[in-house]
Amino acid sequence: MSLNDFQALMPLIIMTASPIAVMLAIAVSRSHRFTAALSLYSIYVALLALAIAYPEAPRQVSSLIIIDRLALLYMALILISGAVVVMLSYGYLNKCSVNREEYYLLMLLAMLGSMTLACSSHFASFFLGLEVLSISLYALVAYPKQRIGQIEAAMKYLVLAAVSSAFLLFGMALIYADSGTMALSEIISKTAGAHKYTLPFTAGAAMIIVGIGFKLALVPFHMWTPDVYEGAPAPVTAFIATISKGAVFALLLRYFGGTVIIQSDALFSIFAVIAAASMIIGNILALFQSNIKRVLAYSSIAHMGYLLVAFLAGEQQSAKISTFYLTTYFVTTFGAFSIISFLSSEDREADDIGYYRGMSSKRPFLASVLAAMLFSLAGIPLTAGFMGKFYLISAGVSSGLWALVITLALSSVIGLFYYLRIIFSLFAQAADNHTLQPRISAAGSVLLAALFLIILWIGIYPGPLMDGIGAMIAKPF
Amino acid sequence: MMLVLLIAVPLLAGLLCLPLSTIHRKAPFWLSLAALTADLLVAASIWANCQTDAVAAASAGRWLISFRIDWIPQLGVGIHFALDGLSLILVGLTEFLGIAAAISSWSEINERAGYFYANLMFTISGILGVFMSLDLFLFYFFWELMLVPMYFLIGIWGHENRAYASMKFFIFTQAGGLLMLISILGLYFIHGRATGIYTFDYVQLLRTALSEPEGTWLMLGFAVAFAVKLPAVPLHPWLADAHTEAPTAGSIILAGLLLKTGAYGFLRFVIPLFPAASAAISLPAMIIGTVSILYGAAMAFSQTDFKRMVAYTSVSHMGFVLLGIFAFNEVAVQGAIVQMVAHGISTGMLFFIAGALQERMHTRDLTLMGGMWSTAPRMGAVTLIFAAASLGLPGTGNFVGEFLVLLGSWQAGAAITAIATTGLIAATVYAVWLMHVTFFCSAGTEWKFPDFSFREMAVAVVMIAAIVAIGLYPAPLLKVSALPVRAILNNTYVVHDAAALSQQSRAAVKPGVIR
Repeated sequence: MSLNDFQALMPLIIMTASPIAVMLAIAVSRSHRFTAALSLYSIYVALLALAIAYPEAPRQVSSLIIIDRLALLYMALILISGAVVVMLSYGYLNKCSVNREEYYLLMLLAMLGSMTLACSSHFASFFLGLEVLSISLYALVAYPKQRIGQIEAAMKYLVLAAVSSAFLLFGMALIYADSGTMALSEIISKTAGAHKYTLPFTAGAAMIIVGIGFKLALVPFHMWTPDVYEGAPAPVTAFIATISKGAVFALLLRYFGGTVIIQSDALFSIFAVIAAASMIIGNILALFQSNIKRVLAYSSIAHMGYLLVAFLAGEQQSAKISTFYLTTYFVTTFGAFSIISFLSSEDREADDIGYYRGMSSKRPFLASVLAAMLFSLAGIPLTAGFMGKFYLISAGVSSGLWALVITLALSSVIGLFYYLRIIFSLFAQAADNHTLQPRISAAGSVLLAALFLIILWIGIYPGPLMDGIGAMIAKPF
Repeated sequence: MMLVLLIAVPLLAGLLCLPLSTIHRKAPFWLSLAALTADLLVAASIWANCQTDAVAAASAGRWLISFRIDWIPQLGVGIHFALDGLSLILVGLTEFLGIAAAISSWSEINERAGYFYANLMFTISGILGVFMSLDLFLFYFFWELMLVPMYFLIGIWGHENRAYASMKFFIFTQAGGLLMLISILGLYFIHGRATGIYTFDYVQLLRTALSEPEGTWLMLGFAVAFAVKLPAVPLHPWLADAHTEAPTAGSIILAGLLLKTGAYGFLRFVIPLFPAASAAISLPAMIIGTVSILYGAAMAFSQTDFKRMVAYTSVSHMGFVLLGIFAFNEVAVQGAIVQMVAHGISTGMLFFIAGALQERMHTRDLTLMGGMWSTAPRMGAVTLIFAAASLGLPGTGNFVGEFLVLLGSWQAGAAITAIATTGLIAATVYAVWLMHVTFFCSAGTEWKFPDFSFREMAVAVVMIAAIVAIGLYPAPLLKVSALPVRAILNNTYVVHDAAALSQQSRAAVKPGVIR
């Protein structure tokens, strides 16, 4: 390992050191404020380290890790989102009376796992990253353990994630048996050559898709999503909805994106069916929910289905467009979950739609922000979600995926129904004199206002963001 | 810049309405009224400028006034507004009916008034954007954007069943809109691949060569979106609910303006962009138009709810518009445009009356009404005039519109026209029946309520003057619409200034990034 390797690995090294630092700090003295600040600052330092690693990209460090621009872009996305989640968690945990400090330890570990996924170029680092992420999440889902639903959610997540990991491992074994290597670049070069897609190879790839599909919550691997979304504390749900999915999507782009997906008809069909099923089933099941976290869970299933449309478009643009979409989805999801987490108290999550009824007359700012987030999820103009959906449809149309594009359009019309229902109750007459407690701190308001403005900015003037992403993944593979 | 001003004035007024409501309860009302009047004056000044024959002749197939800057150059999206005679007429109508809608809300809206007028202004500026956009992306942007404030207008200030109605309205139009978006993108890529210029600019896309199945499918995507809005018969179910449950101002805007965006879409986009494909569906479209005329009339006659009944007459009247547009000759299309204006005014006023009645009687149920002429003679007289307009009595604008449509469509299909003409008889039945059950026949209860106030009479007088003016002297209207109609039908829109415009935008539009 040369000095340059360390330079490229700097963000990962910092994120590995920070949980240890946090652990030691907790051993010395328990202070929620200090632990949160330490975590936040180590995330900031890791963000700075991305700039140190940037000149080295692309660099293959051992056969396990590749630091290229795609990895750096997704690491940046993960770190920025992680900072938002830590801020949300601080506000959320301040209302709880349990031991709060270890939470940040787990959060940093989960981010480390996510970052490993984003730069993995070998099955070993793939599995390692995935397990670090998953195991931290099991504990996080159950963390302040005040409510019964949490334990149920954590157990469900644990069992199902373990099953999907087993599939994943078996798939890796099949591919290894077939191709004799676990390094991504060698596997891909074999598929391009005379080797092509043999049956064991395709079967192995399909089993890896099970593992990825589970993390992305795609139909038919979506069963855990609503329960975990509902049971987990709001900031953890935000983490699962964004960072965990973003990291796995980066991996999907690296392993299956570009030429791989187009070459194999079998894999293409599998993804196309999964995408269509996710869009339709996610949107239909969301119709019957009365819990806003469950609605967002099902809507996330549909959104991941939309995302696959751009992924399947398979041109060079698809990595760019899907990353753009993912970014808008992150911002929107954070907006929605921030509000839920601000309004939650120690003994109850603010997740019943009835709770939000008539919010516009009492808390007009919160109601407007939440409405903007929901409009963005629904893809209405002036919001980032509109531009995201526009780019998705354009990617699909440009590759002639007509069936998927029309499924996307029609299923998102179903989606409108449940978003509008929530918006409608926001603006309806308040039922009685129920109070929307607790108050939101000034910092929280600033965060919400910032997310709101970002949504509008991307919705009105998406050019710079698109250019920025395009510059980062000009040559993704 | 004038065009940007047209859209920006109501938009800014809407934003100001929110804080203003805390200063004085009626402040948002006056601000909206002032903004719309100012806007109407701007439109009138553009109208006045283009009235002289010399200018009009020189601008055959050209835009009277246009504005273009880049928006998302990476995609070839520009902010391109322009007016020709057709859009100018509709812009004028938008501001005219916007004023009526604002006035109708004077006493109806007392709750969250600032927010109400803000939404009203946003809707109007969205509609203005739809009528002026010459960039397909921008057009779609405004097309979707005008729905959101309209959704709030129905959903917050509507009547009993507002949640259902607003959602149905939104979902129907959004479904049509998304299909249109797919078509827009299809056209964008086909044009881009053929020419290497990836752009959403209408003027450039006009020259896209399309093969047979491509053109038909893309055209259908647009046509569905516009047919939902129009509405044409199988796609109309949202209309009755939305119109009935909306507050008065919402109903006026819906019937008077939102339906017109559908007709405008056919004229501006479907026919010029896909001349061959739309000629191919002209017969089915005329049949759908005729079915809408008769079905709307029959449904109107069987309603017991005042607003619902007026809503169904819209289906019938807009059927004439569809019939006229797809007759593909100048007379019929001009008739369709006159019919659009006349229907906007007459139906808008009928909803105004329905709103006034509901405010006084707290019901829209026709079976409870009756014998109200003695109580409210002024109201009765106004209703009589607009019922007469609705049945197409000579002397009203509706007569001119329907007559020209039928005259033109006779050349395209005599049998269909003969059937469509029976719609006029059906219209007589429902209009006379409406008058009878509301103001003439005696009801069980003796209604006592105040007659039209000065504010309401002022609106009524202006509306009567407008509808009669179009009925007696439609020449100015026809003159303004003649050139755009000719350009649309002969597809000569861009021949004159294509060179100038494409030079301009070729400099601005970089080759598309998506590929």
